[in-house]
Amino acid sequence: MSVLVDRSSRVVIQGITGREGSFHTGQMRAFGTNVVAGVSPGKGGSDQEGVPIFDTVAAAVASTGADVSGIFVPPAFAADAIMESAAAGIELTVCITELIPVHDMIRAREFVIRSGHQLLGANCPGIVTPGQCKVGIIPNHINTPGPVGIVGRSGTLTYEVIQGLGQAGMGQTTSVGIGGDPVMGLSFPDVLQRFADDRETRAVVLIGEIGGSDEENAAAWIRETGFDKPVVAFISGRTAPPGKRMGHAGAIISGNTGSAQSKLDALTAAGADIADTIEDVVRLTAVRLGTHPR
Amino acid sequence: MKLLEYQAKQRFAAAGIAVPPGRLARTPEEAADAARELGRIAVKAQVPIGGRGKAGGIAVVDTPEEAQREAARILAMDIRGYPVRSVWCETGLSIDSELYLGITLDRDRRRLAIIFSAAGGMEIEQVAEEAPERIAKLWPDPFAGPHPFEIRQLAFAGFEHAPELRSRVPKLVTSLVALTKRLYEVATSLDAVTCEINPLVLTQDGDLVAADGKLEIDENADSRHQDVAEELARDATGESGLSGDDPFEVEARKRGLTYVHLDGDIGCIGNGAGLTMNTLDLIKQHGGEPADFLDIGGGANAERVRNALEMVLLDPKVRGVFINIFGGITRGDEVARGIIAARDQLHISKPLVVRMTGTMEEEGRRLLEAAGIVPAKTATEAAATIVALTRHRTS
Repeated sequence: MSVLVDRSSRVVIQGITGREGSFHTGQMRAFGTNVVAGVSPGKGGSDQEGVPIFDTVAAAVASTGADVSGIFVPPAFAADAIMESAAAGIELTVCITELIPVHDMIRAREFVIRSGHQLLGANCPGIVTPGQCKVGIIPNHINTPGPVGIVGRSGTLTYEVIQGLGQAGMGQTTSVGIGGDPVMGLSFPDVLQRFADDRETRAVVLIGEIGGSDEENAAAWIRETGFDKPVVAFISGRTAPPGKRMGHAGAIISGNTGSAQSKLDALTAAGADIADTIEDVVRLTAVRLGTHPR
Repeated sequence: MKLLEYQAKQRFAAAGIAVPPGRLARTPEEAADAARELGRIAVKAQVPIGGRGKAGGIAVVDTPEEAQREAARILAMDIRGYPVRSVWCETGLSIDSELYLGITLDRDRRRLAIIFSAAGGMEIEQVAEEAPERIAKLWPDPFAGPHPFEIRQLAFAGFEHAPELRSRVPKLVTSLVALTKRLYEVATSLDAVTCEINPLVLTQDGDLVAADGKLEIDENADSRHQDVAEELARDATGESGLSGDDPFEVEARKRGLTYVHLDGDIGCIGNGAGLTMNTLDLIKQHGGEPADFLDIGGGANAERVRNALEMVLLDPKVRGVFINIFGGITRGDEVARGIIAARDQLHISKPLVVRMTGTMEEEGRRLLEAAGIVPAKTATEAAATIVALTRHRTS
């Protein structure tokens, strides 16, 4: 089992002819993703290594039945690309682009919600269901199928966890990067709900970071819904100073909100195991899965 | 980027929001001219931070001579690292009450929030803490903007705990509907993450006037607002007016690097924001103090790595550097080449510890080892090593 994407997903890549778009389309296809179409306005009718290119997402959907989109267009055009995708009926839009103006994201997110579809990102590494489908930029070779669900704000830290778990013999049902922006699509509770509904996910690793209250909201959601799968949580930025933006647009402690301690306290109170290092994530997950002696 | 008070007020005025009459002066003579024209004025330092009043950056003057003298004094000031390049000279207001009206990004709601309070003049965060019932909020539809009925609800709620204004509330609410729509227009047209009037002065004549203005543009939208950036470059230190007080951060921006300067002595370079934050955390867990946060991002080539290493070492406090790379799009061999080039060109003798995993990691390690740089196997091990190496040098 898996969440959000699987081998039946039919993927369209918006911005397929750009540098990032073309490179990662190749990577996704090498992974086994069924990339059925690309979109690049003005280049409709051509193809890229056998993938047909369309001028609009609507045309791509009509011809190929695409139901998942990956967006690699520059930041100034990304919000429009997100709305185009949702308007064309794409069920899950995954936006990799970073540095999108936040006013654009507020509107794009709202647009997707009103269309009844889903948005992952922006400024995220994407999503991977090992052995079935990858949309985004998570390195191919680290993913193995298994019982762990991963959800994280940071891209590279998510890779670290995937690799660490994999080397210890623990694969994933699905790994989901929700992104490092203050306004994003799917949030921790949205993804946790899907892991709750997925029979094969037996434990969840949550990778948070400083800024905002999404980790606190995740903790509240875990308590309120009685989510009964083990959660191992890791928070980066424990030593970050207040008022400084640590790389991600959303990673900033402002006033009383966003500190690592507040997130760690909330997650501890919700019954999550707190990992201090990536090695700890692996060890605690193994303990919770019962594959490792306590 | 943060706008200066005069920039914010000019934009408020352009949108039809009342502001006190004022003139910008870059010389003492211009301040004297402003006083001749406007009479009694306040001369206010234009710096992109708060607390200028306490620092002596605001003076109320009655004559052109006084204006010239005070402007000369203020223009020679440096307020918390920001040299004063201009003063805003404006007439005073006859104040009846001070209110608050602001628009800010609400991360939890993932919308803009419009905030109104009859308790203006102090920091809204302080009001939120001490008297949360005095704050009213509205989260407008991002496509439609705030509807008049929503603004009325907001205003009535905000006046609920202000009995002294009761008789004037109906008229004030009507004024606030128009004012709030205008402020929302300013906030959205400028991609503002903060757009605040505090205090919003109710004058003795019953008018609402923006006595101060705070406007901050979303960094990701800076390129859409070049006009603001150009004004800032003239009137504030640092090309964006952002943390212009840290010369290392200014230099890093010129180099196109995502860098935050910190107080410690171990330089830190990583790829990806979360991983780089974790690199700093690991240093601290092992008893060290990070000197910076530097994220080289995805897909960095050798030149970018060299540039990053050079940047980190500009800080003379740095005693050693920890480079933590998870190769996805970033290739280990490219990183290794950048590190070796930097070391050889810059004659780096300080300890370098490199943790490298992922794409092309074997080739990267081989290059490093051949060049006499020992790669660490795990990030934890690397953190312990760099802390030990830099500590050893102190004793």
